[in-house]
Amino acid sequence: MTGRDELADDLAGDLADDLLALLLRIGDDHLILGHRLSEWCGHAPMLEEDLALPNMALDLIGTARMCYGYAAEIEGGGRGEDDYAFLRDGTDFRHMLMVERPNGDFAHTMLRQFLFAAWMHPLWDGLTGAPDARLADHAGKAVKEMAYHIRHSGEWVIRLGDGTAESARRMRAALDDLGPYIGEMFESDDTAARLVAAGLLPDPAAVRVAFDSTVARTFTMAQLPPLEISTGISGGRAGRHGEALGHLLAEMQFMQRAYPGLTW
Amino acid sequence: MVAARDIDRDIGGDDMLADIRRIAESVPDPELVVVNVGDLGIIRDLRRDGHAVEIDVTPTYSACPATLAIELAIETAVAAQGHEARVRRVLAPAWTTDWITPAGRAKLKQAGIAPPSPRGDGNGGHDYFARPQVACPRCDSLDTTELSAFGATACKAQYRCLSCHEPFDYFKCL
Repeated sequence: MTGRDELADDLAGDLADDLLALLLRIGDDHLILGHRLSEWCGHAPMLEEDLALPNMALDLIGTARMCYGYAAEIEGGGRGEDDYAFLRDGTDFRHMLMVERPNGDFAHTMLRQFLFAAWMHPLWDGLTGAPDARLADHAGKAVKEMAYHIRHSGEWVIRLGDGTAESARRMRAALDDLGPYIGEMFESDDTAARLVAAGLLPDPAAVRVAFDSTVARTFTMAQLPPLEISTGISGGRAGRHGEALGHLLAEMQFMQRAYPGLTW
Repeated sequence: MVAARDIDRDIGGDDMLADIRRIAESVPDPELVVVNVGDLGIIRDLRRDGHAVEIDVTPTYSACPATLAIELAIETAVAAQGHEARVRRVLAPAWTTDWITPAGRAKLKQAGIAPPSPRGDGNGGHDYFARPQVACPRCDSLDTTELSAFGATACKAQYRCLSCHEPFDYFKCL
């Protein structure tokens, strides 16, 4: 173990709290989106996508596990990964609202996956140099996985956007539906500002530049209109969620709620 | 890791560590039994730690279900030879398919799995839609096409050869 691994121990109280908050934000984004993708298992429009969607879900849940495991150590209260995933109530979750939105049709799911990966890829890329070994080491793995998600979901955005009249209509409808939720990716608050100052979060402006470039290139090929990000619906980072989350948690958390402590 | 090398040197003529490394490397990948963990290049380092040996192992994918099984299998295999082993999971530097050994690549090909293309500039180029050139493991034709970007395990995609018409797995470049 290098000294960097012990950063959390050395952090002043506030920064440890901020790192904990960051891990729950990233962890919750990945867990909830991973769960949404897993809902497609057995329902995808073709066998190849029945493989792809749960495979991508697995990558996302791998990241959630890292975040929760690390959060548990920082918190030091005896909670484990599963406690964060299965025993928190809706208002305790800190993911952005886009990831909890119901899957909609395949175009909607793929566009959401593309937007998420196009945002997370530069974010992880920036974190590979973070002064925290756990975060930086994981970022080195996750950045590769996100590049593959961009490729896969981006190709669907192009194929459907530049496909038949019906597929294009659906992709545009997905964009209309998801548009108001994109702004939340780039929101900042006091916690995020301190994390950026400490090098534990990349500059949101730099992430935005990379996101815009990936989206612009893909949308051009997909014959989609240029993306305009406006201040939209937000509140997820403060624990204010929509009705959809309650339904999601009722399914995802059922087993631990009904049979507390159950293990495989 | 300078520290680990120093410890190796302390042991001097004792090749116990080399033996243990061979035992650990011979553990087969539970989901891809034609190759062992040595072929995959996921054993990064090992060192004496008191009476035990600490073995650094890196996962291939962050949520690969085989990770835990591999770690337990390594500890069990080394214990069967009378040594206590503890596996330490190491994430950085992140595993790349470039670390698969030439022997490992040959075994994959023989099993009908196209070995991964060299990583090239990886994520540096940000050309997300670029496709690697994949040779058919049976007839070596480069006239192949991707059937499915994801396969039976996190590390594979499915391809088809347009020359000999056989479908095959491709070990994704990471």
